[in-house]
Amino acid sequence: MPLTGAVDCDVHPLTPVPADLVPYMDAYWRDTLEVRGLDFWETIAYPANAPLTIRADWRALKPRADASPDAMAATLLDRHGFAHAIVNCLFPLQSFRDANLGAAFARACNDWLADTWLSRDARLRGAVVLPVQSVEMSVEEIERRAADPRFVQVLLQVMGDQPLGKPQFWPIYAAAEKHGFAVAIHAGSSYHHPVTGSGWPTHYIEDYAAQAAGFHTQLGSLISEGVFVKYPKLKVVLSESGVSWLPSYLWRLSKFWRGIRNEVPWIDRDPLHYVRENVRLTLQPFDVPDDAATVARVMDQLGSDDLILFSTDFPHWQFDGDAMLPKGLSAAQTRKILIDNPRATYARLA
Amino acid sequence: MARHVIAPVADLPVGARKRVILEGRPVLVLNIKGELFALSDTCPHRGASLAEGILTGHVVATEPGTYVYSREGEILRCPWHAWEFDVRTGRSWCDPKHMRLMQHAVSVASGVSLLESGCVSASEAPIKERGCVSASEAPLQQEGPYQATTFPVRVENAYVVVDTPD
Repeated sequence: MPLTGAVDCDVHPLTPVPADLVPYMDAYWRDTLEVRGLDFWETIAYPANAPLTIRADWRALKPRADASPDAMAATLLDRHGFAHAIVNCLFPLQSFRDANLGAAFARACNDWLADTWLSRDARLRGAVVLPVQSVEMSVEEIERRAADPRFVQVLLQVMGDQPLGKPQFWPIYAAAEKHGFAVAIHAGSSYHHPVTGSGWPTHYIEDYAAQAAGFHTQLGSLISEGVFVKYPKLKVVLSESGVSWLPSYLWRLSKFWRGIRNEVPWIDRDPLHYVRENVRLTLQPFDVPDDAATVARVMDQLGSDDLILFSTDFPHWQFDGDAMLPKGLSAAQTRKILIDNPRATYARLA
Repeated sequence: MARHVIAPVADLPVGARKRVILEGRPVLVLNIKGELFALSDTCPHRGASLAEGILTGHVVATEPGTYVYSREGEILRCPWHAWEFDVRTGRSWCDPKHMRLMQHAVSVASGVSLLESGCVSASEAPIKERGCVSASEAPLQQEGPYQATTFPVRVENAYVVVDTPD
C-alpha cells in the first residue's frame, strides 16, 4: 500500500535540552537558568539509551534520524512521500512545579519548534506544548499560537496532577475548540504521582505498559465530566496509546453507565457515542499481533473506521523496516487511516 | 385479550406492589401515588424480578453539572444492575429500543360489573395469592375427578383488573 500523501500524526524531534531553549527565553529566564544551574531537565520517560527511545538503525545514522528536519525527512517524509508530519516535542516541562517556569519553557519550546523544525520543512506541522501547571497560562499560550497555522494541535501528557476532564481544565478546551486545535493527549507523565494506582513500579517496562491505564483514566474523565457535551466540536487525539485497549475499556464504561448513569445525567447516550464523535487514536504503537485476521477483528471491535489516525511514532521503536501499517487493513481502511481521518480531525491542517 | 382480577382495591393501597403470575408470566402491579401500573416483572437484561427494585425519580441535565429531577417515584430500578425502567412506558432509559418491559392495561372494576361482563363467574375465585383466574381459563363446569378449592366471592368490592393480550 503506497504511503504517498499520508499524514503522520505523531513524530518526535530529538528532545531539546535547556541550552537549546535558552535563545528563545527573555533576559530574566536566561539569567535564571544560569543562576540556578538549570542546564539539565529530564524525567524517567524515554531513557536516552532505551531501545524504545529511537530505533537502532535510526540511532546509528550520522546525524541520528531525529536530530533535524532534514534527517527526519530522509528517513520518513521523503522516503515515503508523506504529505505532512505533526511534530510533538516531549520536553518534560509538565514536571516543573513552578507555573511561571513552566510557561517560560512552553513559550521557548514552541518558538524553538517553529524556528528549528516548522520553518525548515513546509510539510511539518506542530503541537503547542502547554504549561499545564496553570490553566490560565496554558490558555495564553494557545492564544499566542493561534495565529500560526502551522500549529494544529495542543499537547498534554496522559498522566498529570488531576484527571483532565475536571472543569478546572475546561478553559483549555474552550480555547482549543475556538481556534480549531485538536487536543493531543500523549503518553507521558508529570511524575508528580506514581504512574500506577498502586504506587511506583520498579522497572521501565512497567512504566511504559502503565501508560495504557493512564489513557483509560483520561478517557473516562473526559467523557464522564461532560467535556464533549460542553465542547461538541472538540477533537481529542490519544497519541501513542496502544489503541487495542479501547474496546474492552469502552465495554466496561458503557456497561456501568447503564446502571449508574444518573450520577452523570448529562451523559444522555452511550459513552461509545462520544468516542465516535470526538476521540481519535494515533496508530503506532498498535498493540495487536502481527496477524491479519486478528487485526481485522480488532478493527471490527473498534466499531468504526474513522477512529485511527496514521502515525509512525518516529523515532520510537514501534516497528521494523517499513512495516508501519498493520497487516489485514482493507484498502478503504488504509486510505482513511493515512489521509481522510487525519484531515477530518485537524481543522487547521490546510 | 384476557382480564385478570388481581386484588381488591383495598389490598393495593398507595405505595403497595404486588407480584402475580398471569398466564405463566410474572407481572408486577404497582400503586404509585394512587395511580395503578402493571408491567412485566422480569428484567430483560438478566431476568431479575423487578418487584424488589426501588422506585426513584428521573434525572436529566441541561448541561454538565446540572440535575433536573422530576417524576419522583416513577422510575423502577432493577435490583441487580440498577437499570432504570419508566413505569409509564416500560422502556429502559439506557436502551429504550431494545430493552423494555411489557405494559399491561390496568383498571378498577366493581365486583358486580365483573360478574355482568362475564369476566368472572360466581364460582370463580377473584382473589388468589400468587395467581388469578381469567375468563379464558374458566374453572371446570363439569364434574371431574378433582375437587377444586373455591373461595367466597365478595361482589360488593372493587377489584384491580389487569389485561393480557391474546
